[in-house]
Parts: sequence; C-alpha cells; structure tokens
Amino acid sequence: MLKGLFKKRSVDQRFESIRFGVAILLALVMAFILILLVSKQPFEALGYLFLGPISKFRKMGNVVETAIPLTFLGLSVSIMFSANQFNMGSSGAMFLGGTIAAIVGLVIPLPFGIHPIVAMLAAGVVGGVLTSIPAIIKLKWGASELVSSLMLNFVALNLGLYLIMNHFRDLSAGTLASLPLAETVLLPTLVKGTRIHFGLIVVIIMVIVAWLFLAKTKWGYALRMTGMNINFAKYSGISTAAVVLYSQFIGGFLAGMGGAVEIMGMYDRFRWQFMPSYAFDGVIVSVLAKKNPLYVPVAAILLAYIRVGADTMSVNSDVSYEMISIIQGFIIIMIAANAFLKHYRQRMVVKEATQND
Amino acid sequence: MINLLTPEFFFTVIRVTTPILLAAMAAVICNKAGVTNIALEGIMLTAALTGVLVSGFTQSLILGAIGGILGGVFIAFLLAYFALYLKTDIILGGIALNLLTVGGTVFVMFAITGDKGATNSVRSLQFPAVNIPFIEDIPVLGTILSGHNLLTYLAILMVFFVFFLLYKTTFGLRLRAVGENPDAASSVGIDVNRIQLYALLLSGVIASFGGMYMSMAYLKLFTTNMVSGRGYIALAAAAMGQANPIGTMIASLLFGFMESVGYQLQSRGIPSQFINMVPYVSTIVGLVLYSMYRQNQLKKKKAIKLNEEVKS
Repeated sequence: MLKGLFKKRSVDQRFESIRFGVAILLALVMAFILILLVSKQPFEALGYLFLGPISKFRKMGNVVETAIPLTFLGLSVSIMFSANQFNMGSSGAMFLGGTIAAIVGLVIPLPFGIHPIVAMLAAGVVGGVLTSIPAIIKLKWGASELVSSLMLNFVALNLGLYLIMNHFRDLSAGTLASLPLAETVLLPTLVKGTRIHFGLIVVIIMVIVAWLFLAKTKWGYALRMTGMNINFAKYSGISTAAVVLYSQFIGGFLAGMGGAVEIMGMYDRFRWQFMPSYAFDGVIVSVLAKKNPLYVPVAAILLAYIRVGADTMSVNSDVSYEMISIIQGFIIIMIAANAFLKHYRQRMVVKEATQND
Repeated sequence: MINLLTPEFFFTVIRVTTPILLAAMAAVICNKAGVTNIALEGIMLTAALTGVLVSGFTQSLILGAIGGILGGVFIAFLLAYFALYLKTDIILGGIALNLLTVGGTVFVMFAITGDKGATNSVRSLQFPAVNIPFIEDIPVLGTILSGHNLLTYLAILMVFFVFFLLYKTTFGLRLRAVGENPDAASSVGIDVNRIQLYALLLSGVIASFGGMYMSMAYLKLFTTNMVSGRGYIALAAAAMGQANPIGTMIASLLFGFMESVGYQLQSRGIPSQFINMVPYVSTIVGLVLYSMYRQNQLKKKKAIKLNEEVKS
C-alpha cells in the first residue's frame, strides 16, 4: 500500500517536495553563513544549533513543549488562510485566550478535570470572537482584514495586560505576574523529567478534529471551495459570507484555546508581557505544512527543533537567538516562491511526458 | 477637560504624524502600481537601524542617511525580487520580511554592539530641527509650524512630490496604468514588472525616511521593534485616502491627531494600556467609517445608473 502511495505521486507533487527540500537546504546554508560571519567559534555554535535539542532528554522535552502552542497556531492560521483570508488575529486570540484562562483559573472555583475544560472553552470563544471582528468588518464594509486584524492584535494585547495588571496582579511578586492560579486549573505533567503536559493530548485531538473538519465535512469542503475561488463558490450555492465567518471563528477559537493550554500547562501564573508574534509563528507552520492539519504537527516539531537549537546556541555561544527569525522569514518566502526552480519543473514534466509515450 | 487647542498640541500632532505620513506616501505609490507593500514595517525598521549604525560609525549624517536608505531599499528589493520574479504571494512575502526584520535587526544590533535592547553604545547623529524664517515669528502659527525636524518638512514636500510624480509625469501615468489594468498596460508595451519594481524601490526610499525619523529624530537611538505597527497604520491611511496623496495626508494627520490625544490622556489617570490602544482603535474605526462611506457612494452610483437605464 505504501508503494502505491509513492507511485501515485504526480510530477507536481514530486517537484513540490524537491523544491521544499531545496528551500530548507538553502535556509540551512544561510544559517551557516550567518554564524560564520558573526561568531568567533562558528563550529561550536553550529553544533549547539543542530545537536542541542537532542543532547539531553530535557531538551527533547523542550522541543515537544514548544511544538504544542506552535501546533495550535499552525492549525489556527491554516484554517483561516484556507478560506483565503489573511487574518493575523491569531496573535491577539492566543494572548487574550491565555488571559481569559488565567482569569477563569483565578475567579471561578471548579473541580479538577472540569476547570481546565471550562477555561479552554472560554478562551476559545473569546479568541474566536476576536478573529471574527476583522471578518465581519470585511464582509459588511469591505475593509482589509489584514490591516484590521494587525491593529486588533495591539488592542487585544493591551486589553489582556489591563485585565491582569489592574485586577489580578500579584503585587508581592518581584516581576509583573498575576496571582497564582488555582491548582485545579493547571494541566498535569505527562512525562517525568520534562515539562511535557496534558496539553499534548489536547493538541493531538485538535489536529485530528481539524483534519476531519477540513477534509471530511460539508463545511470544510465549502471552506476550501471558498478559499480557492470565492465567486465560483458563491455561484455554486455556497453561502460564502457564512463560510468566511465560521472559518475565522474556528481559527481564533483554536488560537485562544492554545493560549489557555500554554498558560495552564507551562505556567502557574499569567506572565506574558510583550507583543506576541504568534500569528507569524502560525504563518510559518502553516506554510511549511501547506495548510494541511495533518502536516501541522510535523512542521511545528521542525520549527520547535530549530528554536530549541537556537536557544541552546544563544546560551552557550556568541550568536544571538534572533538569528532564527532571519532563517524563518527566508524559509517562508522561499517555499511560497511559486516560480522558484521553474525551469527544473519544466524539465521534469517533459521527461515524464516522453517516458509515458 | 483636556486642553487640546494649544499650539503645542498641534506641534505634537505634526511630530507624531511624520513617520506615518512618510510610510503612507510609500504605500500610495505601491497601491497605485497595484502592489501591496506589507513590508513597509520591515523597511522602516531596517532603515532605522542601518541609519543609526552608519551615522554612528562614520559620524556623517549624509552617509548615515544613505545607509538608512540602502538598508530600507534592500528589503524593498527583496520583496520585489521574490514577488515579481519568483512569484511569491506578495502578502505572504511581506509578512515573511516583517518577521525577518524584527529579529534580523536585533541579530545585527547584537552582533555589532553586543546589546539586544537598544543601540546605547553607538553615538548616532540626528537630523536637525529647522526654524523657518518669518513663519517662526508669527505668534500661534509659528509655534505649530516652525522648529520641526528636517524630515518633517521632507515629509510634507514628499506629499507634493508624490502627487507630481503620479499625475504630472509619464512615469506616473504608466505606473497608474499598470495599477489600473496590468494586462492593458502590458498590451501597449509597458513593462509591468519593471514599473512595479521601480514603485517598490521608490516606496523603499520614502519609507526609509520614516524609519530614520524614528531613530534619528524622534529618538536618538534604535530600540527593538521601535516602529511598532506604524507601517501597518500607514497602509490603513493609504487605503482611507484612496491612494490619493492629499487624501492620504489627511488620513495620516487624523491618526497622528488620535495618537497625540492619547499622549494628552496619559497624565489624567487613565490606565496606560487604554492609552496605548488609542492609535490602533482609531485606525480600525477610521478604516470602518471610510469603508462605509465608500460603500454608500458605490450604492448611490449604482442607483443613478439604474435610474438612467430605466428612463432610457
């Protein structure tokens, strides 16, 4: 069966994987050059970058921990972008989702088991409402969802900070942080010796649900059709306005839920303070995964691996962590470059055609 | 009540409008050429850093300005190369470049100065403030209009320059033709890619001044992510101004006005988080109001057309 899968792959698919590989390879070459340029011990730094994540069991745990929110974001952006909406509201949705989860953890007393579920749902709904706003503005008045969602992120950030700092701040804590969350809301650790938490199971379920939704349901089909050609979808009787709205709500819901899982799994208080660029993380994962929910966790692990590597590198050498944002930006722009290696594709198609004769 | 109508307040409005106005003029050129330049944010950020670094190390303002422009244009060129020649989706490309520059500027800053927060150790030069003779002596108007930074006056001149370029030159005519209908433009022998490349590069130059204003006039140093969304606000301003230089200037001033109102509220016991929201909320509200207005206009036009058809 596996053999059959490989045989069926068309020229286009094979070409896509080659282009993908070349893009990653070029990005790695670029990382190598950047490190050579700025480091006094470049090979040591490279070692930390590539082998750091597998050097210790704890580090491998870090990769999985980092991949959990990245998967939520990747799913969120994949679903929103599948409807061809450039909504960057995942940042705000995740931040506000984390805030809401923290507040639920502080204010509403609930028993163990139910508490995190309520927090996740509340965070998801708030996230979904947030990312629906740019969609509503676009549907109703035709204003660009990209600009309004980016603006909305700043609003969400400040709203979240306001809620925590002015109502739930722990003044006795040395740093800016909320009061400690209730024990019942925190997610238990799954693997001893790491911080891998119960969120891993939640995220795996969400990956499967998102895939089923997108690939196997009527609504998912309508969503993909709308994304491919909104006019065609409209004329074939799909209510595209409803599609745009629910796709953006679901995207925000996933990001908000991810924020809740992150706060409940990795922290015991709300500690986020800065403008998050989560939506950008989501874009990287979704571009790497080609918007397919099943590939999202793989892409998230890959990204988490480079990040943990870069973190190890920046602690142990003279190269700063921010190097990876150059690499990430480069990977997105290369993978999205449709005409990259165009001539090579042409040759492959010609070869395939002559072979078939 | 807040005392808004002081000359000092209007001086602040012009001061905070400057970077938005410069970036918005860059956006106007791109919009007219039919390309969306989301990377304005990244262009400004890069220029802000390279301007500071070059002027700090050479101790020459001219070289610093050139360094800033080259930094910004480099990002614009990357966007143009990937979007126009390698057919990367231009929005995705812009997002990627913004991501790249937020971290990339910190990477370069750390490699050169050893600091990750700000370029404290670099003695950067600043663009000078300019007093305009005669106008500075007029009582109220002088306080508002004179004594601004050189780049502020450049921004105002830029509005006229962009207007002149778009509507009074052959290049502007071609640029607008490409933006209106690339196929038609191409059929009369205009090289669409080349015009869009020039538009993106030119927007890189103009937005670079906006970036340098942040680090070499508004402040005296580069700090991490200091542009903080102004590139995006400029896009909203250009959308509201219907990519018309004059309309866009008015929209930019509106955003500058709201930001200044925010500063005024700061000392009045309102939580700082709400004040930080003001520029972004007003951008969203402005965008919505403008889109509502435009839709009404369209409906009216349609109604008139329909009436005419019924009559005939």
